[in-house]
Amino acid sequence: MILIEHLVKTFRRVRALDSIDLSIGPSERVALVGSNGAGKTTLIRCLLGEYVCDGTVRIDGFDPRRQRAAALARIGFVPQLPPPLRMPVSQLVGFSAALCGVEPRRIVAVAGQLGLDVEAVRARQFVSLSGGMKQKLLIAIALGRDARVLVLDEPAASLDPEARRIFFDLLAQRLDETTMILSSHRLAEVSALVNRVVEMDMGRVALDDKVAGDIAPDIRLPCRIVLGRFEPAFVKALDGWEFAADAEQRIWHGEIAGPDRLRFLGIMSRYTGLVISFSLGDDPQ
Amino acid sequence: MKQLLLTARLDVAESLRARWFQVYTLVFGGIVALLFAFGLTESRVLGFIGLSRLLVTYIQLTMAILPIFVLITTVRSVAGDRETGVLEYLLALPISLGAWFWGKFLGRYAVTFAPVFLAMLGAAAWGAFNGIDVPWAMFGYYTALLAAMALCFLGLGMLISALARSTDVAQGAAFLLWLALLLFLDLILLGVMIQGHLSPEAAVTIALVNPLQVFRTAALALFDPQLIVLGPSAYVIFDLFGADGFRVFALAYPSALGLVAASAGYVIFRRGNLL
Repeated sequence: MILIEHLVKTFRRVRALDSIDLSIGPSERVALVGSNGAGKTTLIRCLLGEYVCDGTVRIDGFDPRRQRAAALARIGFVPQLPPPLRMPVSQLVGFSAALCGVEPRRIVAVAGQLGLDVEAVRARQFVSLSGGMKQKLLIAIALGRDARVLVLDEPAASLDPEARRIFFDLLAQRLDETTMILSSHRLAEVSALVNRVVEMDMGRVALDDKVAGDIAPDIRLPCRIVLGRFEPAFVKALDGWEFAADAEQRIWHGEIAGPDRLRFLGIMSRYTGLVISFSLGDDPQ
Repeated sequence: MKQLLLTARLDVAESLRARWFQVYTLVFGGIVALLFAFGLTESRVLGFIGLSRLLVTYIQLTMAILPIFVLITTVRSVAGDRETGVLEYLLALPISLGAWFWGKFLGRYAVTFAPVFLAMLGAAAWGAFNGIDVPWAMFGYYTALLAAMALCFLGLGMLISALARSTDVAQGAAFLLWLALLLFLDLILLGVMIQGHLSPEAAVTIALVNPLQVFRTAALALFDPQLIVLGPSAYVIFDLFGADGFRVFALAYPSALGLVAASAGYVIFRRGNLL
């Protein structure tokens, strides 16, 4: 699906990508990780045909520089930072849908699943939406089409837990036919979604490993938390995770999306002193 | 073609929302309104009356304002899109670079020419409604002249946008270009060049390489067919082109310059890093 051979990108005298070789097959979900300046963004821009580079880049056999429209028709892209587009939401949806050859209602439907009512914000400028709304719309544009490759740069960073859960469900529906590249600074953010990890460092592939994952992206893990005492800060931390509590607000029940478990555990770790019992999944831990 | 029209429509919609466009429209609409308010259609100066005087004044003012407006807003838009990540996102959609570049060019051309033309058309309509004689031949030629001027400076703006990597550099380059063209507009400067033993033909040729000078001279020629105000330069111009030839040249050269500059910009844009 994606073939990269001897890819070199140089900015003046600095080698941002140094002879990268990667072959990513259909249904592979790759976590592209690395620190700032490792070359993740440069690699993504080469994949999107936005940089001139040496070597070979092919998306489903198409060169993203010379056969842009054909190559990019296969890629759904979500940038890390939403662009400051001044166009109204309806125009962005219409423009993207027309270029991608899909009905705008498909994008609107995906946005609706993520919790964004496009009709309610259709006249608003994209740039004036909240960070989460922008992210939902960009994800909807990427997923609301027949993209065979998804390039997602920190895609869930601005989403609330419920939207993230739905996002993981949407990705899970495409596991068999879609190649995914999820870029992130932190492996924990995307590790549960992927079956391969490519770590970049100084423009080179430092690690390329298959990850055997037993937890599907759309799985729900039941969670039970017992607190030693009521704590308002804890209640605030659980906001958005859709947990229910007993009358004393000491025993909490809810469900965590499988790919979100590390993120959730990270939040829980801040309240270790409060938690007297914690279980996640079928077996109490 | 569909991609090109989509991009053009997007750029038109973006421009209509932008503050620069509101100011731009206000300036040209305001100029016409002011010219009416000051009674230019009523006055008689050197036998030059009615709406033709208003049009002459309008085109002179337009020549001072339109080039810098078009240059700065074009380079700000394109280079700004690159800097803020708008280009990164839009060019990740399945669109060819040709459709994006020329669609942008087409959309921007429409929004830069339309207010200038509509203001002039409004003046002509007002004149016709009030029984003032409208010089339609002059109106038609001025329209073509303004269309050529917009094309010329839009092309130069697109070339600068393709070359410059940041908004600051692009704006600086656009301003310098405009300043350089203004400097060579000065006929006194040309006089000095001739005094410095440059041949008159060479001096006039240098002057006519400058599209601003071409527009100015062509506009003058409409009410001063012998170009008396230019002095001896007029002889060289008429020897080179003839009166009709110069009128054609004044439309063809700036248009060609704009299209060549835009094409060069497209080649640079297509061959280099898009971001």
